[in-house]
Amino acid sequence: MEYLIHLAILFSIYAMLGVGLNLVVGYTGLLSVTHAAFYGIGAYATAILLTKTGAGFFASIILGMIVAIAVSFLIGIVLSKFKGDYYALGTFGFNTIVFAIFLNWQSLTRGPLGIPGISKPELFGINFADNLNFLILALVSLGLIYFISRFIVNSSFGRVLKTIREDEEAIQVFGYNTLYFKLAIFVISAAIAAVAGSFFASYITFVDPSSFRLMESVFILAIIILGGLANLRGSILGALFLILLPETLRFVGFPADIAAQMRQVVYGVILILLMLYRPQGLIGEYKL
Amino acid sequence: MKILETKNLTKRFNGVHAVDCLSIGIEKGSITGIIGPNGSGKTTLINLLSGVLPMDSGEMIIGEAQKLTRILPHQISFYGITRTFQNVRLFEQMTVLDNILVVVTERNVFSAFFEKHTEYHRKLAEEVLQKIGLWEKREQLAINLSYGQRKLLEIARALAMKSEIYLFDEPFAGLFPEMRKVVSGIIQGLKQENKTIILIEHDMGLIRELCDYIFVMDEGKLLADGKPDHVLEKREVIEAYLGE
Repeated sequence: MEYLIHLAILFSIYAMLGVGLNLVVGYTGLLSVTHAAFYGIGAYATAILLTKTGAGFFASIILGMIVAIAVSFLIGIVLSKFKGDYYALGTFGFNTIVFAIFLNWQSLTRGPLGIPGISKPELFGINFADNLNFLILALVSLGLIYFISRFIVNSSFGRVLKTIREDEEAIQVFGYNTLYFKLAIFVISAAIAAVAGSFFASYITFVDPSSFRLMESVFILAIIILGGLANLRGSILGALFLILLPETLRFVGFPADIAAQMRQVVYGVILILLMLYRPQGLIGEYKL
Repeated sequence: MKILETKNLTKRFNGVHAVDCLSIGIEKGSITGIIGPNGSGKTTLINLLSGVLPMDSGEMIIGEAQKLTRILPHQISFYGITRTFQNVRLFEQMTVLDNILVVVTERNVFSAFFEKHTEYHRKLAEEVLQKIGLWEKREQLAINLSYGQRKLLEIARALAMKSEIYLFDEPFAGLFPEMRKVVSGIIQGLKQENKTIILIEHDMGLIRELCDYIFVMDEGKLLADGKPDHVLEKREVIEAYLGE
C-alpha cells in the first residue's frame, strides 16, 4: 500500500507539472524545455525556508511561486525575442543556467551536496508526514491547479493563446499585443511548476541539483506530448502513464541480470510506437 | 477627405525596392484598387499599411491627422484598419465560431481572463457568419473547410472587426463564381456603409465593376492612377501589366 501511495504522490507532482507546461506548449504553441528550472526554484525555496528559517510549508509555497514568477517574467521577456526552434533553444539555455546556479551557489543551495532534512507540512494540527495525508494534500492541490487551468483555457484569454499557437502574426493584426499574453501564461505555468517543486522537496525531504536537469524538463515535455497537447486531461493521463509504465514493467519476468536494461528498452519502444501511431498523444487535440 | 495617405513610403529587401517612394491617397468611403504585375509591391504595400512589415522610410497618414513612421501590427485596429491575407491565414485548429469570437472579445490581457464570451459577442459572430453562409458550419474546425469557405471565413473575420478601412489582398482568388458574387456583394455593402476598401485584385473585370479609383504599381513605384476605365486604357499600364 505504501508503494502505491508513493506512486500516487509522484503522479500528483508530475501531473501538476504537466498541466502547467501544457498551458505553454499545448495551448500557446511555445516549445519550452525550461520547466525543470521553475520546478527546482519551488523545491529549493521550500528546502531553504523550511530548513533555515523554520517557516511553514505553505509560506514556502508562496515564496517559491513569487521567485518563480519573478524569474520567469525576466526569462519570458528575453524569450519573446525568439520564435519556433530558437525559442526552444533559448529555454534550453535558461534551464542550463538555472541548473548551474543550483549547483554553484553553494552558500545558498549547498551545491551538489543538496539540502537534507526538509520537513513535511503541517496545517490546522494535521501532520502530513503520514504519506496518505500527504497524498490527499497533493491531490487537492492538483485539483485546484487543474480547475484554475481549465478556467484559463476556457476564457477569452485561453482562446487568444490558441490563436498565438496557430498564427501569432495573424492575431496581432486584430489588435492583440501577444507579448503580454505569452508572458502571462509563461509566468502562470512557472508558478504552477514551483508549487509542484515545493511538494517534491517536502515529500522526498531532500533536494539536490540532479533532480532539475534538462532531462527532467524533457520528461515533463514527454508527459504532455504523450498524454495530449492542448488537453488538460491529457497531462493527467500522460503523468499517469509515464509514472506507472516503468513500474509496471518491474513485474514483467525479465532475467534478473538484464531486467533494468530491458525495462528501459521496452519503455523506449512503447514511447516510439505511441508517437508513430498517436502523434497527437493519447487524447491530444494538437500536434507539434 | 483622404482617410489614408502614404508619403514617400519605401521598403527594401536586400537592396531591392519592393515599395519605392510611394505617395498615394485613399478617399474615405471609396473602393480603391491596387493593381500591377506579380512582384510589383502590392502585397508589400498592404503589409506596410498593416504593420506586418516595418517601413524603411516615408510615412503613412491616417485621417489627415495621424502621421506615422512606425506602426506595429497590434496597433492597426486602434486606427480602424483591418485586413485579409493573400494566402489565407486562419486559426486552423480552432472552430469557425472561435475564429470570429476571438476578434470581437476582450483585448486586455487581465480582462480576458475573466471573460468567456457574451451573448452579444455570439450575436456579432452569428451576424457575419450568416452573411457569408458559414453559420451552419460554426462548430467545424477551420482546417476542415474548403478553400473557398476558408477564404470567406477570413473575410468574415475582417468584417467582424467593424473597422473603417479594409485591406483586402486578392479576396476573389480561387473562388467559384457563386462565392465571388458573395464577396463582391460584401465589398459593395461595405461601401454603402461608407467604409473604405483597398482591394488588390488581378481580375480587371472586377476592378472595373467595383473600384472607384485605382493605383497601378510596377517595380514598387506608382505607374498610373485614376478612374479604372481611363487608367486601364493607358498604353504604359497595358505594357507593364499585360507585357504587351
